[in-house]
Amino acid sequence: MRALLLRDLRIATRAGGGFGLGLAFFLIVVVLVPFGVGAETATLRLIAPGILWVGALLAALLTLDRLFALDWEDGSLALIATSPAPLEGVALLKALAHWLTTGLPLTLAAPLLGVLLNLAPEAYPWLVASLLVGTPALSVIGTFGAALTVGLRRGGLLLSLLVLPLYVPTLIFGAEAVRRGADGGATALALMGGITLGALALLPFAAAAALRVNLR
Amino acid sequence: MSLWDYANPRKFLAVTTPLLPWLAAASALLVGSSLIWGFFFTPEAERFGSTVKIIYLHVPAALMAINAWLMMLVASLIWLVRRHHVSALAAKAAAPVGVTMTLIALATGAIWGQPTWGTWWVWDPRLTSFLILFLFYLGYIALWEAIEDPDTAADLTSVLCMVGSVFAILSRYAVRFWNQGLHQGTSVPVATGGRTVADVYFIPLAIGMVGFGVLFVWLVLLRTGSEIRARRTRALLARARRMPPVPLATEREA
Amino acid sequence: MMSLGPHAMAVLSAYAVSLLLLAVLIGASLRRDRRARRALEEAERDHG
Repeated sequence: MRALLLRDLRIATRAGGGFGLGLAFFLIVVVLVPFGVGAETATLRLIAPGILWVGALLAALLTLDRLFALDWEDGSLALIATSPAPLEGVALLKALAHWLTTGLPLTLAAPLLGVLLNLAPEAYPWLVASLLVGTPALSVIGTFGAALTVGLRRGGLLLSLLVLPLYVPTLIFGAEAVRRGADGGATALALMGGITLGALALLPFAAAAALRVNLR
Repeated sequence: MSLWDYANPRKFLAVTTPLLPWLAAASALLVGSSLIWGFFFTPEAERFGSTVKIIYLHVPAALMAINAWLMMLVASLIWLVRRHHVSALAAKAAAPVGVTMTLIALATGAIWGQPTWGTWWVWDPRLTSFLILFLFYLGYIALWEAIEDPDTAADLTSVLCMVGSVFAILSRYAVRFWNQGLHQGTSVPVATGGRTVADVYFIPLAIGMVGFGVLFVWLVLLRTGSEIRARRTRALLARARRMPPVPLATEREA
Repeated sequence: MMSLGPHAMAVLSAYAVSLLLLAVLIGASLRRDRRARRALEEAERDHG
């Protein structure tokens, strides 16, 4: 299990593995937004929580289709499935690897990008906290989507169509937590924490079921 | 004879095919009379003017949009537990009907909102929830279309339907948390037994709701039948490609 | 013809859009069913 995680991390961080790609995408989205809506600092401050959350969400989506694709192509996924390690655990591990290479860097980079969008100073802790609580849910929901589409040749586009509606509750609570800050943000954060825990507990089973069907 | 006997595709076709014209006629009669009654013979409401006539489309369509998803969920569970092919095909058949109902509910809602709220679209919790439901339907249909092997497609879409149901409910509460909204309360609260719509409007509306229900049943049975036939055609052609000799084939059929 | 007041356009377009969508759905379902029946008949005649 540990070897599997290390292997995934190594694949992700080597050249062309997708690590850094998500971060670069996040940066570009945040840079493009002021060009689209104008450089008015008050406007940017108003929309910054939403932009940062949507950007992080899309960046997380970007690296999902690689989650199982490599293992599927070279047949190691079938090999992993026949090993004694439970497939549910493998799915959770894949989600963890995705989070370590995407969700965690996004969380750490978000405050810097918040400066670009003139985010209100008191919102920074809420931004980091909400991303820290919310990105694991993005990773594990994405793992489920990737497990559904693993056998398809061009699953990338379908994957986003399947996963994005599932991201709605996390996005709402995440952006609300940043927007409300001290005034009600804690409720949003708690509700999002509930979603994350529920997703972590249940979705690995759904993902493993989907993988078993695809490997049949 | 148990209910599960109808899960046999042959039996299903034998029972439902003769029913189809009757269901079609009944739904045409009910939906038609509800709409004509509602359109021509109901007074205008004080607050909404003639736009009140839109509810004869909006409410039944919204009702069926949700019921179609519930039916898909039940059918998916039956497929996962008992592996009846008819069940999986019925879920597949219901999705396009559900998506059309969702679209009708969204379109009539937007058209109704224009004169009433002064804007085509408001990010009201109910409208937003329906938009999200629409996205779920799209994803579900796209997944069915993308997978070639029918059993794999049935399995994966069933899992998606179950996970999607949970997230659709979560989204509904999340959206309510996000925005309190303008939409009036439910017009026909079943649970409390009370209702906020006066009788003049309610009777044609009730006929419309029953009519849309019959319409839904008709379309789902019709489309399920098509799916069963299409699948049997595929099986016959595949068998013919594998083994050409004719006498053997007739023997097998007997 | 009765008068629909200032919102005639809204009411009529709502009916038009909905009936059009229903007609498309019903038409597509019926055509699909006819095709499926014909294809099955042919397959049963040729290979059944």
